[in-house]
Amino acid sequence: MSDPNNISLAAKAANIIDIVDLTKKFDDHIVLDGINLSIKKNEFITLLGPSGCGKTTLLRILAGFEQITDGRILFEGNDIKNVPPYKRQVNTVFQKHALFPHMTVYENIAFGPRAHKRPENEIKERVQEMLRMVNLEGFDNRPVSSLSGGQQQRIAIVRALINEPKVLLLDEPLSALDLKLRKGMQTELKRIQKQLGLTFIYVTHDQGEALNMSDRIVVMNGGRIQQTGTPVDIYNEPKNPFVADFIGDSNILPGRMIRDNCCFFAGREFNCVDKGIGCDVAVDVVIRPEDIKLTAPEKGMLVGTVGTVTFKGVHYEMTVRSEDGFEWTAQSTQMSAVGSRVGMCIGPDEIHVMPRENV
Amino acid sequence: MMGRRGLMYPYHLWMLLFTVVPLGLILYFALTDKTGAFTLANIRQAAQPVYLGVLWHSVWLALLATGVCLLLGYPMAYILVSSPIKYRNMLVVLTVIPMWMNFLLRTYAWLTLLERNGLINGVLRWLGLPALQILYTDYAVILGMVYNFLPFMILPIYSVLMKMDKSLLEAAEDLGADSFTAFRRVTLPLSLPGVYAGVLMVFMPAVTTFVISRLLGGGQYMLIGNLIEQQFLSIGNWNFGSAVSVLMLIIILLTMLVPGKYREEEGGMLI
Amino acid sequence: MTSFVRKFYAALILLFLYLPIGVLIVFSFNASKSRASWDGFTLRWYEELLGNQMVADALSNTLIVASGSAVIATIIGTAAAFAMYQGLGCWEKRIVMNLTYLPVLNPDIVTGLSLMLLFIFCNMKLGLMTLMLSHTIFNVPYVVLTVLPKLKQFDKSIYEAALDLGATPAYAFRHIVFPAVLPGVITGLLFAFTLSLDDFVISFFTTGSGVNNLSIMIYSMARRGIHPTINALSTLLFLVVLALLLAVNRRLDSDRNK
Repeated sequence: MSDPNNISLAAKAANIIDIVDLTKKFDDHIVLDGINLSIKKNEFITLLGPSGCGKTTLLRILAGFEQITDGRILFEGNDIKNVPPYKRQVNTVFQKHALFPHMTVYENIAFGPRAHKRPENEIKERVQEMLRMVNLEGFDNRPVSSLSGGQQQRIAIVRALINEPKVLLLDEPLSALDLKLRKGMQTELKRIQKQLGLTFIYVTHDQGEALNMSDRIVVMNGGRIQQTGTPVDIYNEPKNPFVADFIGDSNILPGRMIRDNCCFFAGREFNCVDKGIGCDVAVDVVIRPEDIKLTAPEKGMLVGTVGTVTFKGVHYEMTVRSEDGFEWTAQSTQMSAVGSRVGMCIGPDEIHVMPRENV
Repeated sequence: MMGRRGLMYPYHLWMLLFTVVPLGLILYFALTDKTGAFTLANIRQAAQPVYLGVLWHSVWLALLATGVCLLLGYPMAYILVSSPIKYRNMLVVLTVIPMWMNFLLRTYAWLTLLERNGLINGVLRWLGLPALQILYTDYAVILGMVYNFLPFMILPIYSVLMKMDKSLLEAAEDLGADSFTAFRRVTLPLSLPGVYAGVLMVFMPAVTTFVISRLLGGGQYMLIGNLIEQQFLSIGNWNFGSAVSVLMLIIILLTMLVPGKYREEEGGMLI
Repeated sequence: MTSFVRKFYAALILLFLYLPIGVLIVFSFNASKSRASWDGFTLRWYEELLGNQMVADALSNTLIVASGSAVIATIIGTAAAFAMYQGLGCWEKRIVMNLTYLPVLNPDIVTGLSLMLLFIFCNMKLGLMTLMLSHTIFNVPYVVLTVLPKLKQFDKSIYEAALDLGATPAYAFRHIVFPAVLPGVITGLLFAFTLSLDDFVISFFTTGSGVNNLSIMIYSMARRGIHPTINALSTLLFLVVLALLLAVNRRLDSDRNK
């Protein structure tokens, strides 16, 4: 994939964007380091990572606000390096909406078509259509400052959609909203994407949001792609400790792969389902809190002492210190008393083994 | 972002031509004689006792005026801040307006009040009191300075007090300070940047004025500003006038440097 | 301090600030030339003022200089503010900001005579042109310092949003950036106009013989003694500045509320 010529014609037809060996430096600071990524048509793809991982920079490069240092970006097979933002067939929903404060709702939405010099009667029709799509009919003449956060967000989305972009870029668009509104908007965004059959590239640091909405997630850290895959893949088979840790709370332990289907950690051997990693190699082992079964001490594969108990609504979250000194996070619907001894069982399917990266 | 950096160069040129070069000319004249040859004679002449006396007199009067402004202005700023919101803005605007009235007219107004046959003496005579003769004295000049520059003292202190977090005072009182201690230990130290800005904004124009001294101090009255004006416009000795100006600028520079840490952005205080 | 003491003190200060102006205004309607006694109402001094050719000339000079220098300074200052906003090197920024502040902090008398030296040095004839130029020069920093904060408040992503939606940089500047900064530009313009109207010291040094503005005329009249027409002129000027100041304040208030 690193050679653009290897991208087959069929793949080109399916991919709307191909990012090849992209590098971005600010002065001497490397922000994006050798990014390769292909984005398919009609895909909802999420760039996920902590702040400073380069995800927003990547989005801004796609929008045309930042120049790349090295590499290529193909849009439907054509290099767009020198295409200015206003000539790209992508539109952006900005983090803090970036609505034009001195304009009404109507003028905001009509800005794109007006800049493209479309006839005013066509614009009028399109704006109404857009307002209908987000259930804000009749808001035309309101100043944008009079709208609630959620309403402003919807205006920002349709303002970007009215130009009929092939790709919509969304830069943490929901981060300014409160939790409940955010949930509602997630559903709405997903609906709009399905309804219009568009490609969405969505940037967020909220893993829950990413898991909920995406067809595919790109986990980034330190300017590199850590893992690309469906939400289920990413959640169940994190490729490295960073991904495992970033996607949900995890227990990550150092261990050794003894042989295929057998792994040593926390002071004993466990059966697992991983093969082909090698014999006697150092690995990291990931176990999700919800995958640990708490039992009576004598029935457990591991034994430990309960340190803290937090009620989380549906379940209790507990920390358990096992005899080797590791502090586990475990979940259970049954409460155990602080200080009591419990056993822990882990099934072979629940053990995710990750080869150590050569650092 | 929008447009070209090229816009910067005309402005560089503008500042060079109209800020740097003119000040350079003053320095040039201060350090040369009539033929254009380098000399320190002008500076030496400016440092003669008679001129140092004028300088000292100007600084002294400006300091007195600044002190009076501070004594009158601080309580006023404090009252403005603690006044009810619905009157506050109106009171502030009322304090500001005289500052924007033509400076000459404000000075001229006192001329008509203080004159031998002016309103004040008229009232005194009507009350059967002896007439006051303060026009063409130091007192009149100080009065003129205080009157002209008092708002420059009130406003910076006011804006610093306004920005002060009110919960600090509550915290101080909560911790057992009575309101006088709270003022002395919390409000006063925190308002010092405003006091400093105010002192600067009063002292600077006061020490350089030649109009107030000319109108209220009379024709023979000499402050450093009058000395400079006279050298340039009546006597025509630009070299000596420039030397005195340079001396005055040095004094001002020293005043500004003293408590450098209190420097505040001044743009917002002008209105 | 009790509430009464506060009110009393504030009233005294305001009385001190307004009494002289009030007396000027009242006596501009006084029938006799006396400044101590009231001899009946008259508009005679206003008539005399309006019929006076010297006053008319000074007034027209003042207005020409104030409006001309305000407009030119606004153009130069706004362009400079934009240029400064585009980003300067750290060192460059410091120097440019300090040089911008310098004329604001410089004593008027020094600014005035340094400009006079410059004009004479350049062989320019002192008169209306040099008056206009020097007013423009001292107005520019005030415009820069009014417009620059407005630009700094401006959210860059709004400009990017415009480009993103298909606006060319020129279109985005006209429809998005400029309208956002315009209130600051207008405030700067009014500010510059008021400052120019109020100036005496700089005008005094940079004008030539025979070219007076109102300030200079008042100075020369006041040196010769007191005349009720000055009272009438003061009253009129006071009203004009009052109106201007209220306009500027209203603008600033509404800017803040946005």
